[in-house]
Amino acid sequence: MAVVADPKQNLFASGHTACAGCGQAIAAKIVATVSGKKTVIANATGCLEVFTTKAPQTAWRVAWVHSLFENAAAVASGVEAAMRYLGKIDEVNVIAQGGDGGTADIGMGSLSGMLERGHDILYVCYDNEAYMNTGIQRSGLTPLDSNTTTSPVGKRSRGNPRPKKPLLEIAVAHNISYAASASVAFLPDLKKKVEKALSYKGPKFLQVHVPCPLGWRHDSSLTIEIAKLAVETGLYPLVEYEYGKLISVRKIKVKPVEEYLKLQGRFRHVLKDEEALNQVREVAKANIERYGLAL
Amino acid sequence: MKKFVEGSHAIAEVIAKCRPGVISAYPITPQTHIVEGLAKLIADGELEAEFINVESEHSAASVVLGGSAAGVRTYTATSSQGLLLMAEVIFNIAGMRLPVVLTCANRAVSAPINIWNDHQDSMTVRDSGWIHFYAENIQEAIDLHIIAYKVAEDKRISLPVLVGIDGYVLTHAFEVVDMPEQELIDKFLPKFEPIVHLDPDNPVSMGLLGAPDVYIETRYAIEKTMQDALSVIEDVSEEYSNLVGRKTGGLVEGYRIEDAEKIIVAIGSIVGSIKDVVDELREKGEKVGVLKIVTYRPFPKEAVYEALKNAKYVAVAEKAVSLGADSPIFSEIAALMYKKGARPLINSFTIGLGGRDISPAQIKQIFADMDKDEPNTRYIGLNEKLLEA
Repeated sequence: MAVVADPKQNLFASGHTACAGCGQAIAAKIVATVSGKKTVIANATGCLEVFTTKAPQTAWRVAWVHSLFENAAAVASGVEAAMRYLGKIDEVNVIAQGGDGGTADIGMGSLSGMLERGHDILYVCYDNEAYMNTGIQRSGLTPLDSNTTTSPVGKRSRGNPRPKKPLLEIAVAHNISYAASASVAFLPDLKKKVEKALSYKGPKFLQVHVPCPLGWRHDSSLTIEIAKLAVETGLYPLVEYEYGKLISVRKIKVKPVEEYLKLQGRFRHVLKDEEALNQVREVAKANIERYGLAL
Repeated sequence: MKKFVEGSHAIAEVIAKCRPGVISAYPITPQTHIVEGLAKLIADGELEAEFINVESEHSAASVVLGGSAAGVRTYTATSSQGLLLMAEVIFNIAGMRLPVVLTCANRAVSAPINIWNDHQDSMTVRDSGWIHFYAENIQEAIDLHIIAYKVAEDKRISLPVLVGIDGYVLTHAFEVVDMPEQELIDKFLPKFEPIVHLDPDNPVSMGLLGAPDVYIETRYAIEKTMQDALSVIEDVSEEYSNLVGRKTGGLVEGYRIEDAEKIIVAIGSIVGSIKDVVDELREKGEKVGVLKIVTYRPFPKEAVYEALKNAKYVAVAEKAVSLGADSPIFSEIAALMYKKGARPLINSFTIGLGGRDISPAQIKQIFADMDKDEPNTRYIGLNEKLLEA
């Protein structure tokens, strides 16, 4: 099923059905707009696909394809191969994009294959830290202690028992030209990173932190504030790698993790549990030390 | 041009002559020789195409999906577990109406792991919206791939095609074949012109969410196209047959069935063995014949009915099963005959699973036993000692 986009308008149209305060919608708009008209996007199954392309409507004004949950990177590889075959690869940006589950869990093999093969593709992972499209189930990128429907808090559980999978480092380990983390709270930085990523040949990777008001249980007006606090507490470091080498980190005036946690229902239990709180503090501390985040 | 060639290399050569722009595959026995052949042709500069070595069959199918959506002719090949791993994408490719061509070097499925021939793999995706062809020999395999592209890319059809060729029996066998010249294929198979594709200058969104208000129509549209494909396959096969000067392709092929009282229905390479037995029994005055189904999807109901309606006895000999029910092709033929009125006695036989050799004696046994009615599918050549264990 194909729907024709109107190229005269904005590349990511309003009128889609994302929830109010959806961080992913904001970030996806930036990615499409920065990339420009000469773009083909392969989108994994997930919220972004569902809220932008319910037939017969589409929010995309760039060429866009959705196939399945785990294969956006492979579909993009096929698109990129076709563009090379047609001699158009130098004039077209090929982007693959998906959520954290589609990228770090079910699509991990497909992503690794794409990065390893050297395709000229930007992969963007919109990280909202759980399977939101199916109703807030735990993914490999769900943070420690987060309360999701499949890592619920109970007598014998304080939520998700594991820290986030080091997705960015896994991408970096493929020795790709460019890999970075970004946040919807820092839009000029996100824009710059998309632009920079697209300036490199070969595979590149972006992991963008995007709050989900429904899944994180926060007021939809707080999306940007919460995303900002994730960075400022050291829980979501914004860093850039070039060919495996760390080239920049966003320095922060470190704030206590409680400021981030207290605004979200998914962490409510952590604030009442000193041991859990200490665990989260340790995660932030490790990030701050590892990347030298503190100003 | 006549040449003596291995089945897999013949397919690699003919695929190269069909000029796909994106090829992607993952190694699996017995498909590997085909894609090795293509990789070498590209390495030697004899074929201009992108060959994408992927990390799984799921991604191989996804790469050709992406390539085809971007408007380029594509090719992939697999077998057995590889096809099962692709299955999710197989349905997706058909739903997106992308004219991908795939060779399935037919092989049994695990467990137990078994690399030899039967048809259980491709039977699992018979309902996916792909056109299915099955080749009797290497020559037919060559011809069917060329026909496959032309049918798949026909704007009235725009559906993917699976060409089933028996693993080892055809992929690793050598045969003297008539390999069509490049000029002939270029003349027969024009440049692929997609109906819609991922063009940044004319952006479309492909692969949308189909809610209950539109989904059923997408399925009906494929069903309707499948019905239309019957005549397109016949026309395209005729056009190709005229070009090469031999009759090939099409929906079904009846062999000595005109006055036959007993007919075996089969697909793939076993048909050649059955033809030999038919000739032998005919010399003894037995009125026997064989009906080969070349096009299994769309299922050519009219052609099958016409071929079988005057027979007294029909045996469907399959290298596939539907465990817990009758074998797939038998079920379809029984339903067809019941609905259309002619009532030969129809029985189901399973033969050659997991590469078990099929002997002329076993085929004779089917001809001898097909007038005895049995409620369930009969398994030919069972080793009773193994069953006792």
